[in-house]
Amino acid sequence: MLARVHSAAVLGLQAYGVDVEVDVGGGLPAFAIVGLPDAAVQESKERVRAAIRNAGYEVPPRKITINLAPADVRKEGPAFDLPMAVGILAATAQLNGGHLDGTLLLGELSLDGRIRPVPGLLAIALAARERGQPALIVPERNAAEAALVEGIDVYPASTLAQVIGHLEGSAPIAPLRRPPPPAAEAPAGDVDFGEVRGQAHARRAMEIAAAGGHNVLLVGPPGSGKTMLARRLPTILPPLSWEEAIDVTRIYSVAGLLPGGSGPVRLRPFRSPHHTTSAAAMIGGGAGARPGEITLAHRGVLFLDELPEFHRDVLEALRQPLEDREVTVARAQLTVTFPAAFMLVGAMNPCPCGHHGDDGADCLCSPPQVARYLGRISGPLLDRFDLHVDVPRVSPADLTAPPVGEPSERIRARVCAAREHQRRRFAGTCACNALMTAKQMRRSCRLAEGPRAFLRTAIERLGLSARGYDRLLRVARTIADLEGAAEFGEAHLAEAMQYRVFDRSLRLSG
Amino acid sequence: MIGRRPQVQFEVLTLQDPGYPTALRAIADPPQALYVRGRLAEADRTAVAVVGARRASPYGVAVAEWLGRELTRNGVTVVSGLARGIDAAAHRGALQGGGRTIAVLGCGVDIIYPPEHGRLVAQITGAGAVLSEYPPGTPPLKHQFPRRNRLISGLALGVVVVEGREDSGALITADCALDQGREVFAVPGPVFAQTSVLPHRLLQQGAKLVTMVEHILEELHLAVQHATTSSVALQGAEAAVYAQLTLDPQHIDVLALRCGLPVSEIGRVLIGLELRGLVRVLAGQRYVRATVEG
Repeated sequence: MLARVHSAAVLGLQAYGVDVEVDVGGGLPAFAIVGLPDAAVQESKERVRAAIRNAGYEVPPRKITINLAPADVRKEGPAFDLPMAVGILAATAQLNGGHLDGTLLLGELSLDGRIRPVPGLLAIALAARERGQPALIVPERNAAEAALVEGIDVYPASTLAQVIGHLEGSAPIAPLRRPPPPAAEAPAGDVDFGEVRGQAHARRAMEIAAAGGHNVLLVGPPGSGKTMLARRLPTILPPLSWEEAIDVTRIYSVAGLLPGGSGPVRLRPFRSPHHTTSAAAMIGGGAGARPGEITLAHRGVLFLDELPEFHRDVLEALRQPLEDREVTVARAQLTVTFPAAFMLVGAMNPCPCGHHGDDGADCLCSPPQVARYLGRISGPLLDRFDLHVDVPRVSPADLTAPPVGEPSERIRARVCAAREHQRRRFAGTCACNALMTAKQMRRSCRLAEGPRAFLRTAIERLGLSARGYDRLLRVARTIADLEGAAEFGEAHLAEAMQYRVFDRSLRLSG
Repeated sequence: MIGRRPQVQFEVLTLQDPGYPTALRAIADPPQALYVRGRLAEADRTAVAVVGARRASPYGVAVAEWLGRELTRNGVTVVSGLARGIDAAAHRGALQGGGRTIAVLGCGVDIIYPPEHGRLVAQITGAGAVLSEYPPGTPPLKHQFPRRNRLISGLALGVVVVEGREDSGALITADCALDQGREVFAVPGPVFAQTSVLPHRLLQQGAKLVTMVEHILEELHLAVQHATTSSVALQGAEAAVYAQLTLDPQHIDVLALRCGLPVSEIGRVLIGLELRGLVRVLAGQRYVRATVEG
């Protein structure tokens, strides 16, 4: 007898339907799975057999053939355990299969019949709604993420027996309702800018970066607080909107990084991969086309500590996604596009020994050594950083009575106001100053004669590179937005120059 | 590392040439030939050497620049060795003063060492001379530099040591100066600084103390043509920030705190001062005064 159960799988970030067809017929007892199953799917046999037996049903000693359609796409993972088990029960008439049409099933089985969570449920639920599948039976631990999708019924199940009861109609499961979208206030993270003492210059730079969506390069001796500053950047960014939250949650769901039973991700992601990270792990891909670190940092912050220590190919691979805000990974079997709209924060020492420009310790590196170290960051990559910030190690004695830092909430309010100015100016065509096109720049960064002359003098006297000119204007625009000024002038340009240290010849002096 | 200038105009002066510096003829082992880029002048008989540490402090750099400037304003040619730090600052100061300066190299005159001094060399050839006893094409080898120090002192009436650690090359120049009967001067520095060790030891051994350019001129019986005066006129926030600045590097955060200005504001003021050449920024957003005057 034949039974068909609907299920789904994820490719990249998109879900597609998979039909689990089960045929139980005559012949020598056997259990075969076809349709390009991987090792985890092959092992389903043993889990399914044990789970059915332990739920009080039986697997008849006959020839069981399971086909996962479409048969030409490789199937991964144990999420088909539940549909296979239900299919076998329906095909052997131990279960009335009348309700199986229109219901999508997913879940890994443990030997005792309990259902374990699977990744990617949010993506699957979104796809189910698109295709008009009205009901989903999913592992209870994951049900919350699937329930974020409006317009479908999500039934959380924790055991195979529960699923059978629900399908037979003897013990229906109550569908999980979507939680109401919370107000747009940001939840409290576990870090706050208030904890950063001193570092007024660097704090101001982070505020400007957040306000304009600018990438930041932090340069300073070891232990000066570069990581501390970067980690707190998400707390001063505007809170995630509901749509953005769903977006981020879907990525984390597919990557299997959502803690069980949690709702949507409400905090902007902060990813800090180690400098030994491979290009595939950074960009995404691998055999199963998994999202990389840059996608996990989507709508959040990607922090690369010890920037010069990263493999050159990894850093160079970042350039294109930084420009396009997404990345397309092509493999022999498939091509997948992942979103990658993140803010990049890099951190590095100023020289090999780390003490160049440090008051507390003598730097013993020669100028050529310093130049070579800084040269490890290629010009094109350096160009992607709008702000270069020197983060000093300031001794507590030097900062007499250091003021306790301003809390994130207050800074965030200013950032949100500045972003609002930008939203209105660009009328939705561009999210922030860092993403301005050349045309938008010409329109919104017009300079009066006075500031233009000032800029010319500065470029000559301070040795600013022409390359940094664009970046300088963008940052000055953001500084003006933070003040709510429509026009920008010398004062804004002058401050922006403070954050272009790499453009200046000073890196080699004392 | 070594920048080669294939086509460089230079002149060869042998010991027999009338243009060969008279002062050098008098030393114990004058070079048989000198390779000269630029031009030596009659006025170069009145020369003073300014030498010191390569890893110099902002204080030392400011002092060397100031001495270079003031010496040339009084018609004195400044001799030094084109090294990083004090030497380069002395040359720069002389150029700012609009006077003559001579760089004595430890390699061929067609080789720029250290390589970042290309522009400085071009300026010195325009306003003085770059010379060496080594033929063009000679690479900068370690042993050649102590030897050329005897030429630095030999060309000058006196040697001013600005900063130097215990084993500094400036000690060799000072020793040569004594052997050649030249005056030795030293500029004191902070007591705890390693860069003050050499000048302070020289002072203990009888070198002349220099705190004004007049001290050098009087000792050498030269006329004071241009007395040390200068002032910087500033107003408002600029004056307040400039008053807070010294030759000790201060981070921008510290300056903001001491001046009671927000960081956004102080950055703007500092850029303004920098554009006028009054302030220098060091690595790590640390600021110092660019001059000792004012």
